[in-house]
Amino acid sequence: MIESSLKTLATMLAGKQISSTELCQTWLARIGSLNPALNAFITVDADKTLAEAARADQMLATGQAGPLAGVPIAHKDIFCTEGWLTSCGSKMLGNFIAPYDAHVIQRFKAAGMPSLGKTNMDEFAMGSSNETSYFGAVKNPWNTAYVPGGSSGGAAAAVAARMAPAATGTDTGGSIRQPAALCGITGLKPTYGLVSRFGMIAFASSLDQAGPMAKSAEDCALLLNVMTGFDPNDSTSLEREKEDYSRDLERPLTGLRVGLPREFFAEGLNSEVAAAVEAAVSELKKLGATTVEVTLPNSQLAIPVYYVLAPAEASSNLSRFDGVRYGYRAPEYTDLNDMYSKTRAQGFGAEVKRRILIGAYVLSHGYYDAYYLQAQKIRRLIANDFTEAFKTCDVIAGPTAPGTAFKLGEKSDDPVSMYLNDLYTIPANLAGLPGMSLPCGFDSKSLPIGLQLVGNYFSEAKMLNIAHQYQRATDWHNHAPEGL
Amino acid sequence: MSLSPDDVKRIARLARIEISDAEACASQTQLNAIFELIATMQAVDTRNVSPMAHAQDVSQRLRDDVVTETDRHADFQKIAPAVEGDLYLVPKVID
Repeated sequence: MIESSLKTLATMLAGKQISSTELCQTWLARIGSLNPALNAFITVDADKTLAEAARADQMLATGQAGPLAGVPIAHKDIFCTEGWLTSCGSKMLGNFIAPYDAHVIQRFKAAGMPSLGKTNMDEFAMGSSNETSYFGAVKNPWNTAYVPGGSSGGAAAAVAARMAPAATGTDTGGSIRQPAALCGITGLKPTYGLVSRFGMIAFASSLDQAGPMAKSAEDCALLLNVMTGFDPNDSTSLEREKEDYSRDLERPLTGLRVGLPREFFAEGLNSEVAAAVEAAVSELKKLGATTVEVTLPNSQLAIPVYYVLAPAEASSNLSRFDGVRYGYRAPEYTDLNDMYSKTRAQGFGAEVKRRILIGAYVLSHGYYDAYYLQAQKIRRLIANDFTEAFKTCDVIAGPTAPGTAFKLGEKSDDPVSMYLNDLYTIPANLAGLPGMSLPCGFDSKSLPIGLQLVGNYFSEAKMLNIAHQYQRATDWHNHAPEGL
Repeated sequence: MSLSPDDVKRIARLARIEISDAEACASQTQLNAIFELIATMQAVDTRNVSPMAHAQDVSQRLRDDVVTETDRHADFQKIAPAVEGDLYLVPKVID
């Protein structure tokens, strides 16, 4: 059961072989037994889950159900979920019961998919290891001495440990793809604007994008069908015809041109990761693809550019946490300014404060042109590199992260070395392009390795097609951590 | 470029985050390492490059000027730290 694809679960539900209530009970029991060791969930509420399951069973009984009705899913704690604690991994929102549903949550509810709970994450999605969560680090299910990646580390660990058949994540600089790689699951960050950001707690609004995390590309395609769609409540939501992202899954890869960016295979890439990614590319060739070398000459600037733009947007977005309307307020203060300063000093963790300070600095008087404007201009150059590359290839392939999972605590005192983990994922966010990670092997420590695909704008169906064909030919995605 | 502990305290004041002298010194080292990383972009020639603010070049939508929200102030104020008579309470600003 826990290894079943979403399609299989949906078929069983439609055929009345099992109920949504039974499915939810199965996964709630898994969560109950594994969460103490893995800390993948911040909030689990069996009563709420089972009430949603009962509603799904009713939808299934009356024949009004959508294709995934009754299949449970776990939501990253960044999505406002009415009546549920929505903490965003922060003490600042440690008491925040959301009064409304994020658009993504509304869509999953309308699809009849019960929520198994809220998954752990780096505080305000700022981190690549899940160690910045106020609720404690998530452990990697493949080896609990290692990090699961971040910021959607709880979601990735939950899917890898089969504590949920699927999960939602968000990706500002790699937060879906990097934990997917480090936990050996499949995750997709869509083209910017395809999934509404309404009710998704903002980090860097011009980069934030939600997407699916699951065991396979096929599962991700079905989830993406639920998640995408125009939303007037998000000013950057795109008005497009509804697509079926599973429509091309079975297409052969004959004639596919895979671009290999020179810069993604250069110094700094772990040799075991390089070997696994090269083997995956050979597999794509066997399936009919050809390869072409491409170049993204400005990609080494992606990290500096990101660490100007994302903190700048974050310092603005996080100004709303002032202890007045919701969330934490310091218990003692002298006046209004003191209340703001103490509330924010006590409510935010070290990494969040660091990024707010960077953002406040680069936006401050006299520095705007040198930092923010310069970063926005280089962002254009990085996006232009991709436009050039896609003239000669259909998809770009490379590693998701420069290495496999690292040990808990190994990088937590060194922000710069932590930031470098997102070297290969950030360029797609800056350009607004879709990117995904899928399992392509293991290193000598038996830790998973991720293959990254970056596609052109709106090419999700093609990327899922490539990933699905790869997953039909290989079985890396079917590996699960032993002993859980 | 290098930030002094005083610079760190000035930024923290701008960001409304209370910071002690010891914290300012500790953050200084890490912030300077990050700014060293950021500084690598200064050498890039960006003359004639237009800044990219967003991934998609879309303009702001307009909608009809009609009421779309319902009154949920009771729900929203239920989660506020301090409320009285439908108002959010903050420390007194004007005597």
